[in-house]
Amino acid sequence: MLALVSPALLVILLLIVLPVGWLAWQSIYHDGFTLENYRRIVSEDIYWRSFALTFEISLLVTLLALLLGYPVAYAANAVPRGWSVLILALVVLPFWTSVLVRAYAWLVLLQRTGVINQLLRSLDVIGEPLALVHNTFGTVVATVHILLPFMVLPLYATMQKIPGDLMQAGASLGAGPAHAFLRIFLPLSLPGVLAGCTMVFVLCLGFYITPELLGGGRTVMVSMLVSRNVELYSQFGAASAVAVVLLVSVLLIFFVVSRFISLDRVLGQK
Amino acid sequence: MDKRAESVEIRSASKAYGAVRALDDVSLNVGAGEFVSLLGPSGSGKTTLLGILGGFILPTSGSILFGGRDVTWMPPHKRDIGVVFQNYALFPHMSVGENVAFPLRARRLPKAKWPEKVRSALAMVGLAGYEGRGVAQLSGGQRQRVALARAMIFEPRLILMDEPLSALDKQLRESMQIELRALHRRIGATIIYVTHDQREALTMSDRVAVMKDGRLIQIDEPERLHDHPADSFVASFIGEATLLPVRRVDGCSVALGNAVLRSARAIPSGDALMLAVHSEKLLIDNGAGDAACNRLTGTVTDVVYQGESLRIFLALADGTGLSLRQPSHHEAHRRIPPVGGSLTVTLHPEDTIVVPKAGA
Repeated sequence: MLALVSPALLVILLLIVLPVGWLAWQSIYHDGFTLENYRRIVSEDIYWRSFALTFEISLLVTLLALLLGYPVAYAANAVPRGWSVLILALVVLPFWTSVLVRAYAWLVLLQRTGVINQLLRSLDVIGEPLALVHNTFGTVVATVHILLPFMVLPLYATMQKIPGDLMQAGASLGAGPAHAFLRIFLPLSLPGVLAGCTMVFVLCLGFYITPELLGGGRTVMVSMLVSRNVELYSQFGAASAVAVVLLVSVLLIFFVVSRFISLDRVLGQK
Repeated sequence: MDKRAESVEIRSASKAYGAVRALDDVSLNVGAGEFVSLLGPSGSGKTTLLGILGGFILPTSGSILFGGRDVTWMPPHKRDIGVVFQNYALFPHMSVGENVAFPLRARRLPKAKWPEKVRSALAMVGLAGYEGRGVAQLSGGQRQRVALARAMIFEPRLILMDEPLSALDKQLRESMQIELRALHRRIGATIIYVTHDQREALTMSDRVAVMKDGRLIQIDEPERLHDHPADSFVASFIGEATLLPVRRVDGCSVALGNAVLRSARAIPSGDALMLAVHSEKLLIDNGAGDAACNRLTGTVTDVVYQGESLRIFLALADGTGLSLRQPSHHEAHRRIPPVGGSLTVTLHPEDTIVVPKAGA
């Protein structure tokens, strides 16, 4: 058994454990052991604000993805098989294009002279172009779009496993559609909600390209702190420390979530 | 008429899925308080008919009336009928008590009245004190009882059951059949019960409706259905009968090969006739029987011991196979010749059932 899995273990060791270990080492060793990098994160305002903003945006994105994704998953689950394939294909299709392409596409749509502003101005709805991008708004819109499949797919998988006769039973026992949904379907779909939310939230915490392109430098998320520390200041230690804090936060979230549902359900679709 | 029960009228209901007619012009009246089983092989349309009664399936044509009111277009949650599903359909995220209280919540009954009602509903199905249990902790039979309690707690005047006992083992199934019978008498509601098990249908029902290919073939009391089948399909589906092609001789006798059999019943018209020989109606001829009895002589080909009874297979002179059943007691053992031996059996004219051959 060990002999069979050892190549896989070796790959994980080489590609994941060693780099992450090296990263952690960087954050505490610079000409000798030091906690300076972590002291800076705790004491400096910019770090605090960035972490707070990252969590805020992630929460907002998760909430919006849930509000948009739940009806889509519900529809895919409720319609006949052929239609559900179509709906899921539409959800997954953008997934196959590069994140970069999707981010630029949103830039084209949202910028001052972009499609949306021009349309609204030509219809005389607005006089001055709206600031739709290079701010938190643009970041959130594009991030929700990119992460939506991670919400829809676990939701759909969970809904598929809810036996259809439970809703029939509910109706026969006197529950109208709204009552049956709230008391039967919604509670049984909660594991999917938790799984989807965890995926979207965790992925959003480390999102880089979208906030970099659409945040306009004003929306500084944690991932951008990492890149700035390296690119502008060559502070590998500081960048590593930020990355380690982010990694620990993610592990903590997974730990808390695993108290409620099996992690297999979040990561795979069991 | 019983205030606690509701009559059901099905007026030429049909359901087509594309070119397939799952239900084909079925009309059926069920009296208030009656226990009627819908019996048929899979694909006979019985589950479709139940779905139409429950409001889960809209008929392509025809109408459904409960107690004289047309409910054809009424959504299921307004029909006020209890439904027991084949795989129970208990809500897995609720306790037994919450499951049973579900109809009360849906009907906005004051919460203070729940515990008493839940207690008496659970007591009715023999699960007193199970309120706090999780559904996953229950055995199949207990789940079935919870589903029953949940379907009865709001005192519906009509209860639909879709093969509710099919997932249980034989012994439990048989004891539940007797319990359901008693329960029906106690609550007085009309019950429409779907099953593919003829014995179950005969055991519990006031009347049994036999269905085939989406059509209603015959509806009758169990005894009538068993002893007066409408055609060879019903005769083969109910009881343990061998069906043999026969020729009409005159108004009260038919020819099976060379043997002429007298029947006390009117021989149906038409030329395609079948004789339905129930294995329990053939008796071993001991010479003392009624001289009017039909007699058949054949060779014993096999004797199968089945515990409480013996099944004896006979081949008549022309090779036609028959079987008879004898209670397993010393007398029978003594009278049955060994395999290869000759045996004469009697069939009383009252038990000589001739039916028209069912269309394909």
